[in-house]
Amino acid sequence: MATTIPIGPYHPLQEEPEHYLLTVEEEEVIDVDVQIGYNHRGIEKLSEKKTFNQVPFLVERVCGICSHSHPYAYCLAVEDCGDIEVPERAKYIRTLIGELERIHSHLLWAGLAGHFIGYDTVFMWAWKYREDVLDLLELLTGNRNAYAMMKPGGVQREIKREDLEGARPKLETLREKSEMLYNAILDDPVLKARLEGVGVLPREDARAFGALGPTSRASGLPADVRADFPYGVYDELDWKVITREDGDTLARVEVRLLETLESIKMTEQIIDEIPDEGSIDSEPENVPAGEGIGNYEAPRGECFHYVQSDGSNRPVRHKIRAPTFMNFPTYKSTCKGETVADATIILASVDPCYSCTERAISLKNNEDVDLLELSQQKTADLKQEYGVDKSPLEEVLDE
Amino acid sequence: MNWKSWGISKSPWLYHVNTGSCNNCDIEIVDCLTPKFDVERFGGKLVGSPRHADVLMVTGPMTRKSKPRFERILEASAKPFIVAAVGTCACSKGMFHDAYNCIGPVRKVTEALDEEIMVLNIPGCPPRPEAIIDGLVTGLNQLKEVKL
Repeated sequence: MATTIPIGPYHPLQEEPEHYLLTVEEEEVIDVDVQIGYNHRGIEKLSEKKTFNQVPFLVERVCGICSHSHPYAYCLAVEDCGDIEVPERAKYIRTLIGELERIHSHLLWAGLAGHFIGYDTVFMWAWKYREDVLDLLELLTGNRNAYAMMKPGGVQREIKREDLEGARPKLETLREKSEMLYNAILDDPVLKARLEGVGVLPREDARAFGALGPTSRASGLPADVRADFPYGVYDELDWKVITREDGDTLARVEVRLLETLESIKMTEQIIDEIPDEGSIDSEPENVPAGEGIGNYEAPRGECFHYVQSDGSNRPVRHKIRAPTFMNFPTYKSTCKGETVADATIILASVDPCYSCTERAISLKNNEDVDLLELSQQKTADLKQEYGVDKSPLEEVLDE
Repeated sequence: MNWKSWGISKSPWLYHVNTGSCNNCDIEIVDCLTPKFDVERFGGKLVGSPRHADVLMVTGPMTRKSKPRFERILEASAKPFIVAAVGTCACSKGMFHDAYNCIGPVRKVTEALDEEIMVLNIPGCPPRPEAIIDGLVTGLNQLKEVKL
């Protein structure tokens, strides 16, 4: 007889509120369902009220772990819309922060994955080494987590040569520690027994579900925006896309840890090659009417932003699609047939980030409140407050 | 200081509630537990159930869907307890002050339920682990003068 096991929304394993429903028959998981919506804050709507230069600060708060990815994707979208050139030096700075963020995100995930299977030593190790990256980011940008470096057309702040040189020894120790962690994790028989052959995502399924980032690369699909549609300075750096064929949880761990090492390598190259002179901001005057898209390879996969402009100083429409949105349907393939004890690590192995994902939630049959109505009501109230007439679009909607 | 506030000010057990935060404050809270900051020095540790907790670490601007769940957590917590609002969103909603789906801040929700609940505000976006530890220690020291 099938039983349903609820996990969440507030569960000691989770950092974020999300609700998993596992349908099990004895020990075997036969189906899985995810309910989200606890994290929906209405960022897309808020960004319509901000100017183009203010939006990066807002989208930075989409997710605290990818707080460089979302502003970067947004800036790429605005630059696509307005054909804005970015100075070479700004591109290097952007890429540098992006790669450091990838290291911190992957180490964070490695630690949490250890925690999920009850191996807290890995958790403490990985998070201890992650502190070095955060120190580096603080050195270069002034902030541990929300870096506030991006703006359309360039970056907000300079990075001094002394700071870059100061980062070198730190990167060297970081490489040693990451290599140690990589070897320790892969040599550990306990971890191997828990992860090998668990939660296999076959290549066809990864393609069918549209999996992105390390989830797809661990299944043998070399999908990586950095290689496919290079932005920043990735086409000038020497690096390779890491893939594994097995598609199990161990492969996903391996891909992420190897990517960490690859990112350290790229960071060192950027420090070598970054031009010392030059502007960091092309200071675009305005964004013409039109639309633009931005694709950025966030630590979890492709992050997509769409910006529509009507020639004014703020976006008319801003759409965000985060990588987890594409990755969590793969649970339907990976969780089935596994035991309940393995389900937690499988659910965690796509590195889910629900605060990224929750851009829109079910609008109909919602027992709480209808959000679309609320958001339209909010706009109407504001218009009334400022004495502005209805827009042509709203008149059409009313009819 | 009576025995209740004495009891709660020593080795506070923490329960972490995310009410729609962006993960930034959450990872900084978890950071406090890891070797570099290590709040276990002060006896603080993360527990799995609000029934075991002395301090509820609340993050996020309180979305509509998480509010009823948060109220249930408040009801389930063993009294007396303190609510620590970690991050600008939880303290004052910050940049989500005019978002349609955020009905915080935390103090508004706890006051509507029970005015007696003490709320400790730790602002910052995100507050650094040092700030979180400092806020907790300052708050718990002040507790010694309060009669719970």
